[in-house]
Amino acid sequence: MVDGLRVYGRLIAAQVRSQLQYRASFALDAAGTFLISFLDFLAVLVLFHNVPRLAGWSVHEVAFLYATSSVAFALADLIVGHLESLSQRLRTGTFDILLVRPRGTLFQMIASELALRRLGRFAQGCVVFGYALTGTHIDWDVGRALMLVVMVPAGFVIFASVWVAGMCVMFWTTEGGEFTNAFTYGGQFLTQYPIDVYSAWLRRFLAYLVPMAFVSYFPALYILGKDDPLGLPRLLQFSSPLVAVAAACAAGLVWRAAVRRYRSAGG
Amino acid sequence: MIEVDGLTKEFVVREGRFRRRRRVVEAVRGISFRVERGELLGYLGPNGAGKSTTVKMLTGILVPTAGYVRVAGLEPSRQRIQLARRIGAMFGQRVQLWWDLPLVESFELLRHIYRVPADRYRASLARFREVLDLDPFLQTPVRQLSLGQRIRGELTAAMLHEPELLFLDEPTIGLDVVARQRVREFLAELNRERGVTVLLTTHDLGDIERLCSRLLVIDHGVLIWDGGLADLKARYGGERTLIVDLEEPAPPLLVEGARVERVEGPRQWLRFRGSAAELIARVAAQERLIDLQVAEPDIEEIVRRIYSSGR
Amino acid sequence: MRLDWEIAKRGWRRYAAYPAATWAGVFTNTVFGFVQAYILLAVYRHRTDVGGYDAGDTVTYVWLAQALIMTVYIFGWEELALRIRDGSIATDLSRPVNPQRYWLAFDLGRAPYHFVFRGIPPFVVGAFVFDLHYPSPGLAVAFAVSVGLAVVVSLGFRFLYNVAAFWLIDHRGVLRLSVTVSLFFSGMILPIAFFPGWLAAVAHALPFASILQVPVDIYLGKHTGADLAGALAVQAGWALTLLALGQLALARGTRKVVIQGG
Repeated sequence: MVDGLRVYGRLIAAQVRSQLQYRASFALDAAGTFLISFLDFLAVLVLFHNVPRLAGWSVHEVAFLYATSSVAFALADLIVGHLESLSQRLRTGTFDILLVRPRGTLFQMIASELALRRLGRFAQGCVVFGYALTGTHIDWDVGRALMLVVMVPAGFVIFASVWVAGMCVMFWTTEGGEFTNAFTYGGQFLTQYPIDVYSAWLRRFLAYLVPMAFVSYFPALYILGKDDPLGLPRLLQFSSPLVAVAAACAAGLVWRAAVRRYRSAGG
Repeated sequence: MIEVDGLTKEFVVREGRFRRRRRVVEAVRGISFRVERGELLGYLGPNGAGKSTTVKMLTGILVPTAGYVRVAGLEPSRQRIQLARRIGAMFGQRVQLWWDLPLVESFELLRHIYRVPADRYRASLARFREVLDLDPFLQTPVRQLSLGQRIRGELTAAMLHEPELLFLDEPTIGLDVVARQRVREFLAELNRERGVTVLLTTHDLGDIERLCSRLLVIDHGVLIWDGGLADLKARYGGERTLIVDLEEPAPPLLVEGARVERVEGPRQWLRFRGSAAELIARVAAQERLIDLQVAEPDIEEIVRRIYSSGR
Repeated sequence: MRLDWEIAKRGWRRYAAYPAATWAGVFTNTVFGFVQAYILLAVYRHRTDVGGYDAGDTVTYVWLAQALIMTVYIFGWEELALRIRDGSIATDLSRPVNPQRYWLAFDLGRAPYHFVFRGIPPFVVGAFVFDLHYPSPGLAVAFAVSVGLAVVVSLGFRFLYNVAAFWLIDHRGVLRLSVTVSLFFSGMILPIAFFPGWLAAVAHALPFASILQVPVDIYLGKHTGADLAGALAVQAGWALTLLALGQLALARGTRKVVIQGG
């Protein structure tokens, strides 16, 4: 584990070094991503131009959801977003090269790239978070601060797990990458708003099957001190880290099963 | 080093767009062979014969359907990671180097992936830099390398962790004569000096003649030859072809020791055994020659002939 | 004409060759349709009309947007830019068919495929779950014409940001920016009806409304009579303007290649 992290650090450091060689192009790229993601948030502001509250949530409260989900998503995109190159690796046969090296395939896939420009989206999430704080009254205490510190990594792990599990579709059909977008980009879109706007079946699917509600909604209820309009058990508000661990394990198992299938059916 | 007994691989293929039918294809059908430590052998066969499927099973990429495999005493499909430390592999045109990074960075990264100690890595890299003359492009991003430079880089990458066994798939394809020569010399030396076992998959008869003392030939998933190159040629590939361009179109030539296989205008193809010089002299005595060339039988053809002769 | 038809057939076939990709895309469009529909419907818990749209108009809008997303190919296209970057454009220019005409014909073959196979299935799913509006036969015809024009406007714009590759080392930044701006101002993320007045004015002054907002408004019956003719005329105007700008940019880019050798 420690060795794995060290190797990951080395692999990524080399990538980062080479990207920083083209400093101007990197800066432009990151700034562009930052600006582009602002148009995305502008949509939330425009929506609230029409209503003071959405399902009982103010614009700043929704911004809080948006920001925490956006930061978690940006991290997941940064760390595992390039896994979509899997379809190309499977088509060209370069995935086999990973199989003749003494490391796990998922580890090698994750360590194969780190696109720094994706930090632009991370920065956007931080700015939106600042905006959210200007209009919400949070009774900060140790518990809430701790929850904030925990929810972002947990959200990142949940997003990343969904991403990894979704990518496994490509082992069956390399054209299926678009399918994964429904869960990753779709998941991000959805977690930016309170889940009580969705109808019951979609909500259940999201809260329990694809655990997106644990990325921002449940922790936010606790931090913002809001009553759950759905009257779900309060315990759910504290379970994001556990859900994240479970999601990561599930994603790991799905990946293993997919690679095993690939190795017996042949690429 | 390698023990294979009754190795079989079946694939399920689905056919048809709407009503999909399952069809089982046997890519490798119960092949058996042994390779001793320090051998350098060629593994050949036409495309789709089961070559790469075999190599994939030996390296642990694919799980066999049936049969016994041991490579370096390990079962590849179950002990893939342990095996990976002891073998090196290079798959022809598939790039295993990091495309955007300078070549030396790829080596550095592989050092960490394989956990090669720093001093061993330095010594090993120094040797490759010298033998393969890597210094001029060590700091160049891989995407800017010429094919020959890249292949030398790939060879180094496959060897940095000092494997006992090397799987090479078409290592000289697309290289110019000089680069090809250099790679062949390098492989021969590696095998001779370091005792590295090499399994070479190739279509290039030159590679085989220069390097391999033993050949495995596979076709339609079945091993149809296991033995020396000289024996193989004596039995199936003794005939060469003399292609002559005459001054004018002529009926098929009647020359002793050869038979005409094909005629196209003034150009004729003659199959023969033995000395080309004698045959050329005989043809020249009969007709005015504009140009000529001697073609070696290619391996595809030899394989075809072995197969059609019913093994 | 015969040539255009042959090129268009290729456009259709190119995408018809990947049925699994099509179904994966339909699934994704459907999921996005549900999420967006529920978010926008939450607004109607507080009011009954937003910028002239009632709840039924808005959900219809959402599902039409998902149905048209691939038809107008708004998520970015870089085929021409890649050809410019790797130099294949030189071959294209040596052919007797103008590259813009080629890609327009290709796109007009591609769009019907995406309309039928990527557009209709998610719309049908949406129609089962929500109360959608349906147009009269006359409006349906006008809508079809408008979608056709939307594809041309979209291609005109995509052609422009691709041709930019003649002058840029990396076209991806411009690509990403163009896609985001067109997504937002076409009304793909939120209907322009939801925009505050000044932003709506900006949106209507830009060509992007002609890619999505105008065809959807025609479907919903927001334009009638002379107004409808006017809306189609605006689309046609943008189509011609963008295509003309594309030709101009292509000519300049070509001159650059010829003079500087790429």
